Amino acid sequence: MNTVVASITYRAMLGRKRIWLLALLPIALIAFALLFRFIGGGDESVAVELMKTFAIGTMLPLLGLIAGTGVIAPEIEDGTIIHLMSKPISRPVIAFTKFVVAASLMVGFSVIPTYVAAYILIGSESGIASGFALGALFAGIAYAAVFLLLGVVSRHAVTIGVIYALVWEGLIGGYVPGARRFSIQQWAQSVADQVTTSAFLKSEVALSFAVPAMIIVVAGSVLWAGQRLRVLSLTGDE
Amino acid sequence: MSVIEIRQVSRWYGNVVAVNDVTMTIGPGVTGLLGPNGAGKSTLLHLMAGFLQPSGGTATLDAKPIWKNKDVYHTIGLVPEKEGVYGFLTGWQFVQSAARLHGLGDDAAERAIAQVDMAAARDRRIETYSKGMRQRIKVAGALVHEPSVLLLDEPFNGMDPRQRLHLMDLVRDLGAAGKTIVFSSHILEEVERVAQQIEVMVAGRHAASGDYREIRRRMTDRPHLFRVRSSDDRRLAAALIADTASGGVSFTPQGLEVRTVDFRRFTHQLPRLARDLGVRLWQVSPTDEDLESVFSYLSGRS
Repeated sequence: MNTVVASITYRAMLGRKRIWLLALLPIALIAFALLFRFIGGGDESVAVELMKTFAIGTMLPLLGLIAGTGVIAPEIEDGTIIHLMSKPISRPVIAFTKFVVAASLMVGFSVIPTYVAAYILIGSESGIASGFALGALFAGIAYAAVFLLLGVVSRHAVTIGVIYALVWEGLIGGYVPGARRFSIQQWAQSVADQVTTSAFLKSEVALSFAVPAMIIVVAGSVLWAGQRLRVLSLTGDE
Repeated sequence: MSVIEIRQVSRWYGNVVAVNDVTMTIGPGVTGLLGPNGAGKSTLLHLMAGFLQPSGGTATLDAKPIWKNKDVYHTIGLVPEKEGVYGFLTGWQFVQSAARLHGLGDDAAERAIAQVDMAAARDRRIETYSKGMRQRIKVAGALVHEPSVLLLDEPFNGMDPRQRLHLMDLVRDLGAAGKTIVFSSHILEEVERVAQQIEVMVAGRHAASGDYREIRRRMTDRPHLFRVRSSDDRRLAAALIADTASGGVSFTPQGLEVRTVDFRRFTHQLPRLARDLGVRLWQVSPTDEDLESVFSYLSGRS
């Protein structure tokens, strides 16, 4: 963890208009929650459905993509990362710091809004708010790590990330039960299901699989990103 | 005092060879890396800076390998060519961050900013800077830890003449102070003003090496090709071929093509011959004065 790297990364992510990229979806989520609350649709099944499809199913992967790739991919693209890499700091430390920044952004823009939205809908009933917030925390960190790695290894990180989120988790996960085991979104639901007593949420992946899977994915992604950064080749415009 | 040693280094990208079997030793003082665009100068600098792995050969700094060795950055300061600076930071924040990444305090940052004469603009965001100012703030960021090696990729590109002279002075002074400085450029005048030692790169190869007098002589003492149009090409051609300055004259639809063997004598004699013959000169133009042909001549000879 390097505080100079972290502070530059925070500035890049939150400065000026960039912050709206992160803020838009959580604002929409809370707006939906308020809307349902006031038109009187705020029962448990609606709350679970909104959390499942929007908070965990849409917002979390998209924010993970914005935060995870955003902390490093633009810098590699325009060469500003040279400023950090031409210093006597270990590259894995740079990668780890970037990961911590992305993970903290996930907490601020995804985990907390998820809790707030669920609380607006049904308060603390059946542990839905805390369950989904905890699921979002685990999965948010996992998304941040995976998309950070993607941002280091590929120049097409955003495209690949969108395809993963939409096609693999969204489409294939919907039809092929086996694919759900390898879906961060499903792992989030497993964690949420553990906390909440609501009958409307049925997770498909056992917690005993989901938690170790997330730990392996996070540790593996961050370590791999650090190693890739060590051998990152930068070329001139020749 | 630091020495960069490049030994039989090659670097290729797929089938494209960017740097081909280059060997050079660079010690204290200013060394200019001269060559046309695409000659491999940038690639070579990136190899020296640890941002590219040699495909073959070794690149070392004071006998220690540069690739995958973060400790070299205690010794190296790097000024990349790309406008790779965080536009949202002020000049001060940028240099201060460089100092902190080296574990140094604000005094180091202040000294570096004064060194490049950027104190007046230090609190403005870098995105508001001109190209020359960006260049200088990048140099300040690279000088913050007083490195004994400074690598600059096309540092004078896009600067106005005053800024260019200022940076040239700074580079010369640093070289005179015993630092090992390497910069790349495709402009001979630039290189000979600043560098004591010139290494010429052409098409990925190390084409020539020497001080600027040596390089300058090789570049002007070569056969030139001129196109000449006049009121009576045939009469002029007869007189030209009789003179020792020209090695060959041929007729083309665009006029005469004269190959000179003695550049000085040719430029001296041509107007006099024309005047004596009563021939009016309409056009005299060199056809191979572009850098590419100068460099390809150089590389063909060595």
